[in-house]
Amino acid sequence: MLLEITGLCSHYGRIRALDGVDLSVGDSELVAIVGANGAGKTTLLRTISGVQPASDGSIRFRGADITRTPPAKRVRLGIAQVPEGRQMFAPMSVEDNLILGGFTRPRHEIDSSLETVYGLFPRLKERRRQPAGTLSGGEQQMLAIARALMAKPDLLLMDEPSMGLAPRIVERIFDTIRELRSTGVTMLLVEQNAFAALSVADRGYVLESGRIVLAGRAAELLADDRVKAAYLGL
Amino acid sequence: MAEFLQFLFSGLTVGAIYALIALGFSLIYNASHLINFAQGEFVMIGGMATVFLAAAGIELPLAALLAVLLAVAVAIAIERLGIAPAKGASVVGLIIVTIGASILIRGLAGIVWDRNFHSLPAISGEEPLVVMGATLLPQSLWIFGVTGLTALLLWFFFAKTLWGKAMMAAAYNPLAAQLVGIDTRRVVLVSFALAGALGALAGVLITPLAPTHFQVGVMLGLKGFAAAIVGGLGSGLGAIVGGLVIGIAEAMAAGYLASAYKDAVAFVIILLFLVLWPSGLFGLRGIERV
Repeated sequence: MLLEITGLCSHYGRIRALDGVDLSVGDSELVAIVGANGAGKTTLLRTISGVQPASDGSIRFRGADITRTPPAKRVRLGIAQVPEGRQMFAPMSVEDNLILGGFTRPRHEIDSSLETVYGLFPRLKERRRQPAGTLSGGEQQMLAIARALMAKPDLLLMDEPSMGLAPRIVERIFDTIRELRSTGVTMLLVEQNAFAALSVADRGYVLESGRIVLAGRAAELLADDRVKAAYLGL
Repeated sequence: MAEFLQFLFSGLTVGAIYALIALGFSLIYNASHLINFAQGEFVMIGGMATVFLAAAGIELPLAALLAVLLAVAVAIAIERLGIAPAKGASVVGLIIVTIGASILIRGLAGIVWDRNFHSLPAISGEEPLVVMGATLLPQSLWIFGVTGLTALLLWFFFAKTLWGKAMMAAAYNPLAAQLVGIDTRRVVLVSFALAGALGALAGVLITPLAPTHFQVGVMLGLKGFAAAIVGGLGSGLGAIVGGLVIGIAEAMAAGYLASAYKDAVAFVIILLFLVLWPSGLFGLRGIERV
Protein backbone atom coordinates (compact mmCIF):
# COMPACT_ATOMS: atom_id res chain seq x y z
CA MET A 1 0.00 0.00 0.00
CA LEU A 2 1.21 3.50 -0.82
CA LEU A 3 -0.75 5.16 1.98
CA GLU A 4 -2.04 3.36 5.01
CA ILE A 5 -3.99 5.14 7.73
CA THR A 6 -5.11 3.42 10.90
CA GLY A 7 -7.18 4.75 13.78
CA LEU A 8 -6.46 8.35 12.84
CA CYS A 9 -7.87 11.00 15.20
CA SER A 10 -7.56 14.76 15.03
CA HIS A 11 -8.95 17.55 17.17
CA TYR A 12 -9.64 21.26 16.83
CA GLY A 13 -9.32 22.26 20.44
CA ARG A 14 -11.69 19.88 22.21
CA ILE A 15 -13.74 19.17 19.12
CA ARG A 16 -12.97 15.80 17.58
CA ALA A 17 -12.88 16.16 13.80
CA LEU A 18 -11.51 12.71 12.97
CA ASP A 19 -12.52 9.76 15.09
CA GLY A 20 -10.50 6.66 14.25
CA VAL A 21 -10.26 6.74 10.47
CA ASP A 22 -8.89 3.62 8.68
CA LEU A 23 -8.10 4.08 5.03
CA SER A 24 -5.64 2.94 2.40
CA VAL A 25 -4.58 3.97 -1.08
CA GLY A 26 -2.69 1.64 -3.40
CA ASP A 27 -0.29 2.57 -6.20
CA SER A 28 -2.01 4.12 -9.24
CA GLU A 29 -5.38 4.00 -7.51
CA LEU A 30 -7.93 6.80 -7.53
CA VAL A 31 -9.73 6.76 -4.20
CA ALA A 32 -12.63 9.10 -3.45
CA ILE A 33 -13.80 10.25 -0.05
CA VAL A 34 -17.34 11.54 -0.03
CA GLY A 35 -19.38 12.97 2.76
CA ALA A 36 -21.40 15.95 3.84
CA ASN A 37 -20.06 19.34 4.81
CA GLY A 38 -18.29 19.11 8.16
CA ALA A 39 -17.79 15.33 8.00
CA GLY A 40 -14.04 15.79 8.37
CA LYS A 41 -12.94 15.38 4.74
CA THR A 42 -10.75 18.45 4.68
CA THR A 43 -9.35 17.68 8.13
CA LEU A 44 -8.36 14.23 6.88
CA LEU A 45 -6.36 15.67 3.98
CA ARG A 46 -4.84 18.34 6.22
CA THR A 47 -3.73 15.65 8.64
CA ILE A 48 -2.23 13.55 5.83
CA SER A 49 -0.28 16.62 4.65
CA GLY A 50 0.76 17.38 8.21
CA VAL A 51 -0.63 20.91 8.48
CA GLN A 52 -3.09 19.60 11.08
CA PRO A 53 -1.68 17.44 13.90
CA ALA A 54 -2.90 13.90 14.47
CA SER A 55 -3.94 13.29 18.07
CA ASP A 56 -3.99 9.51 17.74
CA GLY A 57 -3.50 6.76 15.18
CA SER A 58 -0.89 6.49 12.47
CA ILE A 59 -0.18 7.46 8.88
CA ARG A 60 2.22 5.28 6.92
CA PHE A 61 3.55 6.24 3.52
CA ARG A 62 5.41 3.54 1.58
CA GLY A 63 5.56 1.64 4.85
CA ALA A 64 7.30 4.44 6.80
CA ASP A 65 5.53 6.13 9.69
CA ILE A 66 5.02 9.83 8.86
CA THR A 67 2.48 10.66 11.58
CA ARG A 68 4.82 13.24 13.17
CA THR A 69 6.76 14.27 10.05
CA PRO A 70 6.68 18.05 9.37
CA PRO A 71 4.59 19.10 6.33
CA ALA A 72 7.51 20.28 4.18
CA LYS A 73 9.22 16.91 4.61
CA ARG A 74 6.07 15.07 3.52
CA VAL A 75 6.11 16.98 0.23
CA ARG A 76 9.69 15.81 -0.28
CA LEU A 77 8.56 12.25 0.40
CA GLY A 78 6.03 12.59 -2.42
CA ILE A 79 2.73 13.83 -1.00
CA ALA A 80 1.30 16.95 -2.65
CA GLN A 81 -2.05 18.57 -2.04
CA VAL A 82 -4.46 20.68 -4.07
CA PRO A 83 -5.99 22.52 -1.12
CA GLU A 84 -9.59 23.55 -0.66
CA GLY A 85 -10.22 27.05 -1.93
CA ARG A 86 -7.21 26.82 -4.27
CA GLN A 87 -4.87 28.87 -2.03
CA MET A 88 -2.97 30.80 -4.65
CA PHE A 89 0.09 32.95 -4.04
CA ALA A 90 -2.23 35.62 -5.38
CA PRO A 91 0.09 38.56 -6.13
CA MET A 92 2.70 36.31 -7.76
CA SER A 93 2.71 35.34 -11.41
CA VAL A 94 1.21 32.07 -12.60
CA GLU A 95 4.69 30.87 -13.50
CA ASP A 96 6.09 31.75 -10.07
CA ASN A 97 3.25 29.80 -8.46
CA LEU A 98 4.22 26.82 -10.59
CA ILE A 99 7.95 27.18 -9.91
CA LEU A 100 7.19 27.25 -6.20
CA GLY A 101 5.15 24.10 -6.68
CA GLY A 102 8.45 22.52 -7.67
CA PHE A 103 10.24 23.98 -4.64
CA THR A 104 11.30 20.53 -3.41
CA ARG A 105 12.58 19.39 -6.81
CA PRO A 106 16.10 19.68 -8.21
CA ARG A 107 16.47 22.94 -10.17
CA HIS A 108 17.34 21.33 -13.49
CA GLU A 109 14.07 19.39 -13.56
CA ILE A 110 11.84 22.43 -13.11
CA ASP A 111 11.89 23.59 -16.73
CA SER A 112 10.83 20.24 -18.17
CA SER A 113 8.09 19.93 -15.54
CA LEU A 114 6.85 23.41 -16.48
CA GLU A 115 6.57 22.29 -20.09
CA THR A 116 4.67 19.19 -18.98
CA VAL A 117 2.06 21.10 -16.97
CA TYR A 118 1.77 23.78 -19.67
CA GLY A 119 1.04 20.92 -22.07
CA LEU A 120 -1.70 19.77 -19.75
CA PHE A 121 -3.07 23.29 -19.18
CA PRO A 122 -2.29 25.46 -22.24
CA ARG A 123 -4.38 28.25 -20.73
CA LEU A 124 -1.87 28.65 -17.91
CA LYS A 125 0.94 29.09 -20.41
CA GLU A 126 -0.95 31.93 -22.08
CA ARG A 127 -1.37 33.60 -18.71
CA ARG A 128 1.96 32.75 -17.19
CA ARG A 129 3.03 36.37 -16.55
CA GLN A 130 -0.31 37.34 -14.98
CA PRO A 131 -0.76 37.50 -11.18
CA ALA A 132 -2.46 34.29 -10.06
CA GLY A 133 -5.10 36.29 -8.16
CA THR A 134 -6.45 37.76 -11.39
CA LEU A 135 -7.32 34.37 -12.93
CA SER A 136 -10.91 33.14 -13.04
CA GLY A 137 -12.01 30.54 -10.51
CA GLY A 138 -11.67 27.69 -13.00
CA GLU A 139 -8.22 28.84 -14.09
CA GLN A 140 -7.15 29.13 -10.46
CA GLN A 141 -8.27 25.55 -9.87
CA MET A 142 -6.22 24.43 -12.89
CA LEU A 143 -3.26 26.33 -11.47
CA ALA A 144 -3.72 24.73 -8.05
CA ILE A 145 -3.66 21.28 -9.67
CA ALA A 146 -0.72 22.19 -11.89
CA ARG A 147 1.20 23.60 -8.92
CA ALA A 148 0.75 20.36 -6.99
CA LEU A 149 1.85 18.35 -10.06
CA MET A 150 5.07 20.39 -10.21
CA ALA A 151 6.15 18.51 -7.07
CA LYS A 152 5.90 15.30 -9.13
CA PRO A 153 4.00 13.62 -6.30
CA ASP A 154 3.56 9.92 -5.80
CA LEU A 155 0.29 10.72 -4.07
CA LEU A 156 -1.87 13.66 -5.04
CA LEU A 157 -4.45 14.80 -2.49
CA MET A 158 -7.30 16.84 -3.96
CA ASP A 159 -9.66 18.76 -1.75
CA GLU A 160 -12.98 19.74 -3.35
CA PRO A 161 -11.61 20.61 -6.79
CA SER A 162 -15.13 21.34 -8.07
CA MET A 163 -16.11 23.72 -5.29
CA GLY A 164 -17.66 26.98 -6.41
CA LEU A 165 -17.19 26.34 -10.12
CA ALA A 166 -19.71 26.42 -12.96
CA PRO A 167 -20.91 22.98 -14.16
CA ARG A 168 -19.03 23.27 -17.45
CA ILE A 169 -15.78 24.01 -15.58
CA VAL A 170 -16.45 21.17 -13.13
CA GLU A 171 -16.65 18.83 -16.10
CA ARG A 172 -13.29 20.04 -17.34
CA ILE A 173 -11.75 19.53 -13.91
CA PHE A 174 -13.01 15.94 -13.84
CA ASP A 175 -11.71 15.43 -17.39
CA THR A 176 -8.34 16.51 -16.08
CA ILE A 177 -8.61 14.08 -13.17
CA ARG A 178 -9.37 11.25 -15.63
CA GLU A 179 -6.42 12.31 -17.75
CA LEU A 180 -4.10 12.30 -14.72
CA ARG A 181 -5.40 8.93 -13.73
CA SER A 182 -4.64 7.48 -17.11
CA THR A 183 -1.05 8.63 -16.72
CA GLY A 184 -0.81 6.63 -13.50
CA VAL A 185 -0.97 9.42 -10.89
CA THR A 186 -2.23 8.06 -7.56
CA MET A 187 -4.96 10.29 -6.17
CA LEU A 188 -7.02 10.68 -3.04
CA LEU A 189 -9.97 12.83 -3.99
CA VAL A 190 -12.26 14.53 -1.50
CA GLU A 191 -15.56 15.74 -2.88
CA GLN A 192 -19.00 16.87 -1.90
CA ASN A 193 -20.01 16.13 -5.45
CA ALA A 194 -20.31 12.40 -4.62
CA PHE A 195 -21.64 11.28 -7.98
CA ALA A 196 -18.87 12.86 -10.01
CA ALA A 197 -16.19 11.68 -7.59
CA LEU A 198 -17.38 8.07 -7.42
CA SER A 199 -17.81 8.01 -11.19
CA VAL A 200 -14.08 8.54 -11.77
CA ALA A 201 -12.79 6.63 -8.73
CA ASP A 202 -11.68 3.01 -8.32
CA ARG A 203 -12.69 2.83 -4.70
CA GLY A 204 -14.52 5.07 -2.30
CA TYR A 205 -15.06 5.80 1.37
CA VAL A 206 -18.02 7.53 2.95
CA LEU A 207 -17.06 9.78 5.85
CA GLU A 208 -19.62 10.82 8.46
CA SER A 209 -18.84 12.80 11.64
CA GLY A 210 -15.17 11.89 11.44
CA ARG A 211 -15.72 8.16 10.90
CA ILE A 212 -15.65 5.92 7.84
CA VAL A 213 -19.17 4.48 7.65
CA LEU A 214 -18.92 2.76 4.29
CA ALA A 215 -16.10 1.61 2.05
CA GLY A 216 -15.93 -0.31 -1.19
CA ARG A 217 -15.57 -0.31 -4.95
CA ALA A 218 -16.77 3.00 -6.34
CA ALA A 219 -19.31 1.29 -8.57
CA GLU A 220 -20.77 -0.57 -5.57
CA LEU A 221 -21.05 2.63 -3.57
CA LEU A 222 -22.80 4.34 -6.46
CA ALA A 223 -25.35 1.54 -6.40
CA ASP A 224 -25.69 1.48 -2.60
CA ASP A 225 -29.12 2.58 -1.40
CA ARG A 226 -27.81 4.47 1.63
CA VAL A 227 -25.28 6.38 -0.51
CA LYS A 228 -27.95 7.10 -3.07
CA ALA A 229 -30.29 8.46 -0.44
CA ALA A 230 -27.74 10.50 1.53
CA TYR A 231 -25.31 11.80 -1.09
CA LEU A 232 -26.61 11.36 -4.58
CA GLY A 233 -30.02 12.90 -3.99
CA LEU A 234 -31.72 9.87 -5.50
CA MET B 1 17.86 77.35 -1.26
CA ALA B 2 21.16 76.37 0.35
CA GLU B 3 19.35 76.11 3.66
CA PHE B 4 16.63 73.90 2.20
CA LEU B 5 19.23 71.71 0.53
CA GLN B 6 21.09 71.44 3.81
CA PHE B 7 17.96 70.19 5.58
CA LEU B 8 17.24 67.85 2.69
CA PHE B 9 20.70 66.24 2.86
CA SER B 10 20.36 65.74 6.56
CA GLY B 11 16.84 64.31 6.13
CA LEU B 12 17.90 61.92 3.38
CA THR B 13 20.84 60.70 5.48
CA VAL B 14 18.83 59.87 8.55
CA GLY B 15 15.95 58.73 6.32
CA ALA B 16 18.15 56.12 4.67
CA ILE B 17 19.01 54.80 8.13
CA TYR B 18 15.31 54.64 9.04
CA ALA B 19 14.74 52.82 5.76
CA LEU B 20 17.21 50.07 6.71
CA ILE B 21 15.48 49.68 10.07
CA ALA B 22 12.04 49.69 8.43
CA LEU B 23 13.14 46.95 6.01
CA GLY B 24 13.82 44.77 9.05
CA PHE B 25 10.33 45.42 10.41
CA SER B 26 8.79 44.54 7.05
CA LEU B 27 10.80 41.35 6.61
CA ILE B 28 9.70 39.95 9.94
CA TYR B 29 6.15 41.19 9.48
CA ASN B 30 5.91 39.36 6.15
CA ALA B 31 7.22 36.11 7.55
CA SER B 32 5.22 36.04 10.77
CA HIS B 33 2.79 38.98 10.85
CA LEU B 34 4.38 40.24 14.01
CA ILE B 35 6.02 43.55 14.80
CA ASN B 36 9.49 42.94 16.20
CA PHE B 37 9.99 45.67 18.78
CA ALA B 38 13.54 44.46 19.36
CA GLN B 39 14.46 45.80 15.90
CA GLY B 40 15.96 48.98 17.41
CA GLU B 41 18.23 46.90 19.63
CA PHE B 42 19.90 45.43 16.53
CA VAL B 43 20.82 49.01 15.58
CA MET B 44 22.24 49.62 19.05
CA ILE B 45 24.21 46.36 18.92
CA GLY B 46 25.64 47.34 15.53
CA GLY B 47 26.98 50.63 16.90
CA MET B 48 27.98 49.58 20.42
CA ALA B 49 29.63 46.28 19.44
CA THR B 50 31.67 48.00 16.74
CA VAL B 51 32.81 50.65 19.23
CA PHE B 52 33.87 48.10 21.84
CA LEU B 53 35.45 45.66 19.41
CA ALA B 54 37.41 48.53 17.84
CA ALA B 55 38.46 49.65 21.33
CA ALA B 56 39.73 46.12 21.91
CA GLY B 57 42.11 46.63 19.01
CA ILE B 58 40.22 44.99 16.16
CA GLU B 59 40.43 46.71 12.77
CA LEU B 60 37.34 48.82 12.15
CA PRO B 61 35.95 46.97 9.09
CA LEU B 62 36.34 43.63 10.84
CA ALA B 63 34.82 45.03 14.03
CA ALA B 64 31.81 46.25 12.04
CA LEU B 65 31.43 42.85 10.39
CA LEU B 66 31.60 41.07 13.75
CA ALA B 67 29.04 43.51 15.18
CA VAL B 68 26.65 42.68 12.34
CA LEU B 69 27.19 38.97 12.96
CA LEU B 70 26.54 39.49 16.67
CA ALA B 71 23.22 41.17 15.89
CA VAL B 72 22.34 38.28 13.57
CA ALA B 73 23.12 35.83 16.37
CA VAL B 74 20.96 37.81 18.81
CA ALA B 75 18.12 37.93 16.26
CA ILE B 76 18.34 34.17 15.76
CA ALA B 77 18.34 33.68 19.53
CA ILE B 78 15.17 35.79 19.88
CA GLU B 79 13.44 33.67 17.24
CA ARG B 80 14.67 30.30 18.55
CA LEU B 81 14.18 31.02 22.26
CA GLY B 82 11.26 33.46 22.23
CA ILE B 83 9.16 33.05 19.10
CA ALA B 84 9.51 29.44 17.89
CA PRO B 85 8.70 27.74 21.24
CA ALA B 86 5.57 29.91 21.60
CA LYS B 87 3.92 28.56 18.45
CA GLY B 88 0.19 28.79 18.69
CA ALA B 89 0.48 31.99 20.74
CA SER B 90 -1.41 35.05 19.50
CA VAL B 91 0.40 37.69 17.48
CA VAL B 92 -0.04 40.15 20.36
CA GLY B 93 1.57 37.65 22.73
CA LEU B 94 4.54 37.28 20.39
CA ILE B 95 4.88 41.05 20.05
CA ILE B 96 5.09 41.24 23.84
CA VAL B 97 7.86 38.62 23.67
CA THR B 98 9.81 40.95 21.37
CA ILE B 99 9.26 43.87 23.75
CA GLY B 100 10.60 41.71 26.59
CA ALA B 101 13.58 40.72 24.46
CA SER B 102 14.35 44.37 23.72
CA ILE B 103 14.31 45.29 27.42
CA LEU B 104 16.59 42.35 28.18
CA ILE B 105 19.05 43.21 25.40
CA ARG B 106 19.15 46.86 26.44
CA GLY B 107 19.78 45.90 30.06
CA LEU B 108 22.54 43.49 29.11
CA ALA B 109 24.16 46.09 26.85
CA GLY B 110 24.18 48.57 29.72
CA ILE B 111 25.93 46.03 31.93
CA VAL B 112 28.27 44.26 29.47
CA TRP B 113 29.33 47.48 27.73
CA ASP B 114 28.62 50.76 29.50
CA ARG B 115 26.18 53.62 29.78
CA ASN B 116 28.22 56.31 28.01
CA PHE B 117 27.90 57.83 24.58
CA HIS B 118 30.38 56.60 21.97
CA SER B 119 31.20 57.56 18.43
CA LEU B 120 33.09 56.02 15.53
CA PRO B 121 35.33 57.70 12.97
CA ALA B 122 33.60 58.40 9.66
CA ILE B 123 34.50 55.94 6.89
CA SER B 124 36.03 58.52 4.52
CA GLY B 125 36.91 61.33 6.88
CA GLU B 126 34.91 64.39 7.88
CA GLU B 127 35.86 66.82 5.11
CA PRO B 128 32.46 67.98 3.80
CA LEU B 129 31.64 68.43 0.16
CA VAL B 130 29.92 71.66 -0.82
CA VAL B 131 26.92 71.21 -3.12
CA MET B 132 25.18 74.44 -4.20
CA GLY B 133 26.04 76.12 -0.94
CA ALA B 134 25.02 73.21 1.27
CA THR B 135 27.46 70.83 2.87
CA LEU B 136 27.30 67.09 2.45
CA LEU B 137 29.36 64.78 4.61
CA PRO B 138 31.16 61.86 2.93
CA GLN B 139 29.51 59.60 5.52
CA SER B 140 26.12 60.57 4.05
CA LEU B 141 27.30 59.35 0.67
CA TRP B 142 28.34 56.07 2.26
CA ILE B 143 24.92 55.78 3.86
CA PHE B 144 23.13 56.46 0.54
CA GLY B 145 25.36 53.99 -1.26
CA VAL B 146 25.11 51.18 1.25
CA THR B 147 21.35 51.60 1.71
CA GLY B 148 20.82 51.70 -2.05
CA LEU B 149 22.97 48.62 -2.61
CA THR B 150 21.26 46.75 0.21
CA ALA B 151 17.84 47.58 -1.21
CA LEU B 152 18.97 46.36 -4.62
CA LEU B 153 20.32 43.10 -3.20
CA LEU B 154 17.12 42.51 -1.27
CA TRP B 155 15.04 43.21 -4.36
CA PHE B 156 17.12 40.75 -6.34
CA PHE B 157 16.82 38.12 -3.62
CA PHE B 158 13.04 38.37 -3.29
CA ALA B 159 12.18 38.86 -6.97
CA LYS B 160 14.69 36.60 -8.65
CA THR B 161 15.82 33.75 -6.43
CA LEU B 162 13.85 30.64 -5.54
CA TRP B 163 14.46 31.08 -1.82
CA GLY B 164 13.38 34.72 -1.98
CA LYS B 165 10.21 33.78 -3.83
CA ALA B 166 9.56 31.03 -1.30
CA MET B 167 9.80 33.61 1.50
CA MET B 168 7.32 35.88 -0.29
CA ALA B 169 5.04 32.90 -0.89
CA ALA B 170 5.09 32.11 2.83
CA ALA B 171 4.06 35.72 3.47
CA TYR B 172 1.20 35.65 0.97
CA ASN B 173 -0.18 32.24 1.90
CA PRO B 174 1.50 30.26 4.71
CA LEU B 175 -0.77 27.23 4.24
CA ALA B 176 -0.07 26.91 0.53
CA ALA B 177 3.63 27.50 1.22
CA GLN B 178 3.71 24.52 3.58
CA LEU B 179 1.81 22.41 1.06
CA VAL B 180 4.44 23.01 -1.63
CA GLY B 181 7.20 22.02 0.79
CA ILE B 182 8.41 25.38 2.11
CA ASP B 183 9.48 25.14 5.75
CA THR B 184 7.67 28.23 7.06
CA ARG B 185 9.45 28.11 10.42
CA ARG B 186 12.77 28.41 8.65
CA VAL B 187 11.37 31.37 6.71
CA VAL B 188 10.70 33.14 10.01
CA LEU B 189 14.21 32.33 11.23
CA VAL B 190 15.84 33.65 8.06
CA SER B 191 13.73 36.83 8.29
CA PHE B 192 14.92 37.46 11.83
CA ALA B 193 18.55 36.90 10.79
CA LEU B 194 18.21 39.32 7.85
CA ALA B 195 16.44 41.90 10.02
CA GLY B 196 19.26 41.64 12.57
CA ALA B 197 21.85 42.26 9.87
CA LEU B 198 19.95 45.25 8.43
CA GLY B 199 19.50 46.84 11.85
CA ALA B 200 23.15 46.40 12.80
CA LEU B 201 24.25 47.79 9.44
CA ALA B 202 22.17 50.90 10.14
CA GLY B 203 23.85 51.16 13.56
CA VAL B 204 27.36 50.91 12.14
CA LEU B 205 26.62 53.57 9.51
CA ILE B 206 24.91 56.14 11.73
CA THR B 207 27.26 56.03 14.72
CA PRO B 208 29.86 58.41 13.16
CA LEU B 209 27.08 61.02 12.76
CA ALA B 210 24.95 60.36 15.86
CA PRO B 211 26.71 58.92 18.91
CA THR B 212 25.55 55.53 20.11
CA HIS B 213 24.48 54.58 23.61
CA PHE B 214 22.89 51.48 25.12
CA GLN B 215 19.46 53.09 24.80
CA VAL B 216 19.58 54.49 21.24
CA GLY B 217 17.65 51.49 20.00
CA VAL B 218 14.39 52.69 21.51
CA MET B 219 14.04 55.85 19.47
CA LEU B 220 15.66 54.49 16.30
CA GLY B 221 13.41 51.44 16.45
CA LEU B 222 10.31 53.57 16.79
CA LYS B 223 11.38 55.79 13.88
CA GLY B 224 11.97 52.72 11.75
CA PHE B 225 8.56 51.40 12.76
CA ALA B 226 6.97 54.73 11.78
CA ALA B 227 8.74 54.47 8.43
CA ALA B 228 7.44 50.94 7.89
CA ILE B 229 3.88 52.05 8.68
CA VAL B 230 4.07 55.06 6.36
CA GLY B 231 5.42 52.91 3.52
CA GLY B 232 3.04 50.05 4.24
CA LEU B 233 4.14 47.18 6.47
CA GLY B 234 5.55 44.35 4.43
CA SER B 235 6.49 46.43 1.40
CA GLY B 236 10.20 46.75 0.64
CA LEU B 237 9.76 49.82 -1.56
CA GLY B 238 7.43 51.23 1.10
CA ALA B 239 10.09 50.83 3.78
CA ILE B 240 12.58 52.85 1.71
CA VAL B 241 10.12 55.60 0.80
CA GLY B 242 8.68 55.65 4.32
CA GLY B 243 12.16 56.01 5.81
CA LEU B 244 12.99 58.92 3.53
CA VAL B 245 9.62 60.60 4.21
CA ILE B 246 10.11 60.41 7.98
CA GLY B 247 13.75 61.50 7.73
CA ILE B 248 13.00 64.50 5.52
CA ALA B 249 9.94 65.54 7.54
CA GLU B 250 12.04 65.43 10.71
CA ALA B 251 14.88 67.44 9.23
CA MET B 252 12.50 70.08 7.85
CA ALA B 253 10.65 70.36 11.16
CA ALA B 254 13.93 70.66 13.03
CA GLY B 255 15.22 73.25 10.59
CA TYR B 256 12.20 75.45 9.99
CA LEU B 257 10.24 75.00 13.25
CA ALA B 258 12.33 74.03 16.23
CA SER B 259 14.65 71.11 16.80
CA ALA B 260 12.73 70.30 19.98
CA TYR B 261 9.86 69.09 17.77
CA LYS B 262 12.08 66.78 15.75
CA ASP B 263 11.15 63.54 17.49
CA ALA B 264 7.47 64.44 17.64
CA VAL B 265 7.23 64.57 13.84
CA ALA B 266 7.57 60.83 13.34
CA PHE B 267 4.88 60.13 15.90
CA VAL B 268 2.45 62.68 14.46
CA ILE B 269 2.96 61.13 11.03
CA ILE B 270 2.51 57.59 12.34
CA LEU B 271 -0.74 58.57 14.08
CA LEU B 272 -2.06 60.25 10.95
CA PHE B 273 -1.28 57.21 8.86
CA LEU B 274 -2.72 54.73 11.33
CA VAL B 275 -5.98 56.66 11.43
CA LEU B 276 -6.32 57.80 7.83
CA TRP B 277 -4.31 55.37 5.74
CA PRO B 278 -3.47 52.25 7.73
CA SER B 279 -2.27 50.24 4.74
CA GLY B 280 0.41 52.86 4.05
CA LEU B 281 1.72 54.17 0.73
CA PHE B 282 2.64 50.79 -0.75
CA GLY B 283 0.81 48.40 1.55
CA LEU B 284 -0.73 45.26 0.12
CA ARG B 285 -4.23 46.08 -0.92
CA GLY B 286 -4.68 42.69 -2.46
CA ILE B 287 -5.52 41.93 -6.06
CA GLU B 288 -7.27 38.69 -5.33
CA ARG B 289 -10.44 37.98 -7.22
CA VAL B 290 -12.84 35.89 -5.22
